[in-house]
Amino acid sequence: MGWLGLLIMTGLGLGFAVVMILLSSLLGPKNPTPEKLAPYECGMPAVGDARERQSVKFYLVAMVFLLFDIEVAFLYPWAVALRDLGWTGFVQIVTFFLILVVGYIYIWRKGVLDWGPATTSAARAAARAMRERNAA
Amino acid sequence: MLVVIAQIVIILIAFVMLLNVAAIMVWVERKVCALIQQRDGPNRVGPYGLLQPLADIIKLIMKEELRPKSADAILFTLAPIISAVAAFAAFAPVPFGAQTTLFGLLDRPVGLQVADVNVGMLLVFAIASMGVYGIVLAGWASNNKYSLLGALRSSAQMISYELSYGTALAGVVLIAGSLSLREVVDGQAGAWFGVLPKWYLFLQPVGFVIFMIAGIAETNRAPFDFPEAEQELVAGYFTEYSSMRFAIFYMAEYINMATVSAMATTLFLGGWHGPFIPAEYGWIWFLIKVSFLLFFYVWVRWTLPRYRYDQLMQFGWKWLLPLSVINLLVTAAGVLYING
Repeated sequence: MGWLGLLIMTGLGLGFAVVMILLSSLLGPKNPTPEKLAPYECGMPAVGDARERQSVKFYLVAMVFLLFDIEVAFLYPWAVALRDLGWTGFVQIVTFFLILVVGYIYIWRKGVLDWGPATTSAARAAARAMRERNAA
Repeated sequence: MLVVIAQIVIILIAFVMLLNVAAIMVWVERKVCALIQQRDGPNRVGPYGLLQPLADIIKLIMKEELRPKSADAILFTLAPIISAVAAFAAFAPVPFGAQTTLFGLLDRPVGLQVADVNVGMLLVFAIASMGVYGIVLAGWASNNKYSLLGALRSSAQMISYELSYGTALAGVVLIAGSLSLREVVDGQAGAWFGVLPKWYLFLQPVGFVIFMIAGIAETNRAPFDFPEAEQELVAGYFTEYSSMRFAIFYMAEYINMATVSAMATTLFLGGWHGPFIPAEYGWIWFLIKVSFLLFFYVWVRWTLPRYRYDQLMQFGWKWLLPLSVINLLVTAAGVLYING
């Protein structure tokens, strides 16, 4: 079975999850207290809201991922057709990768890939510049 | 008519098997962990504690469902459902046995597969990455600091390792020349020199290692289990979840492990092909290989300590990604050289 099978499987998964959650909300006890309904913070009363500003690193990773994931998506049609494309196709994909490598080296040097202390001189310089800007 | 009924039965079998994998893995995880730590593990409920998962499920259904007052009501319930649906659907394109006529009962052979589509590999890759939505929504909806941090970490980790995962898959596409998982498995039939099975593992050893590492990171398992690093994040994105909603997340994680193991079996370990067992019963080989990989998952978890988060991200971006690209280019050159 083709795509219909996928649809049936999705439906079964959806049905199972919904039924199980409904079942437990019917069978489970219900005696909520204000303490139970507070967000868990190791037993202390919660301080502030969780939805605060987060590290910009996560945003950067998402952006870089988008660029590289498109590259991976391009790879599949190329990989299927490689035998027809021959060495011309190989040279083309190497060129494609070389262009990407330029960007890859750039983000590496700028410290996008560093999650701990900066590991390249360019990243250290950028971090120093940011500290000075914040101090000023 | 019989063919349609057979196909629906096959889908139901796959569905029930996935549910069972989750239940059995709960037991295996605890038992193997206990054996590695020289304990007995669960041994009260049924023989060797085999009924432990059943007891767990009944207990979880009877538990109180809690949702923090400040949580987003709709997204909070939607998140585990998305996780579960993505986990079930991702397994659909994976073939688990050769085509069969059920001993001549059917007038044309049907494949032991839920969805036989010609872009199966791409489909698994696409649906498996949908799981990240469930995790991010869970973290956001809970309005808990640990949940949100766990969800952010998890999504960053999953998308980082997805690149190497996808590139490792492309290496197999190069050799097989097809995106259909059934054709990939058929390409691995037979043996070289009569002894060495024609598994892509031997043509793509680096690809296999990259695939397994990225697969462990994709499913958020130790040593890459940062979203739920209990020492720092309590339970990560499902800190606020209880009762069945929690269980659904747990189940989705085990089903994702099964899907990664099944994909590794299909792409690198020859799928249902193997010696001694006739092709009609190939699914036995498939089960053996998937079971071994699932055991491997548990084994790794209780053997290796957790990485540090910066090590994980650096390893993914600075080592695994370049390595997988080089592997891909070398494979492409090899394929072209051999085919002239």
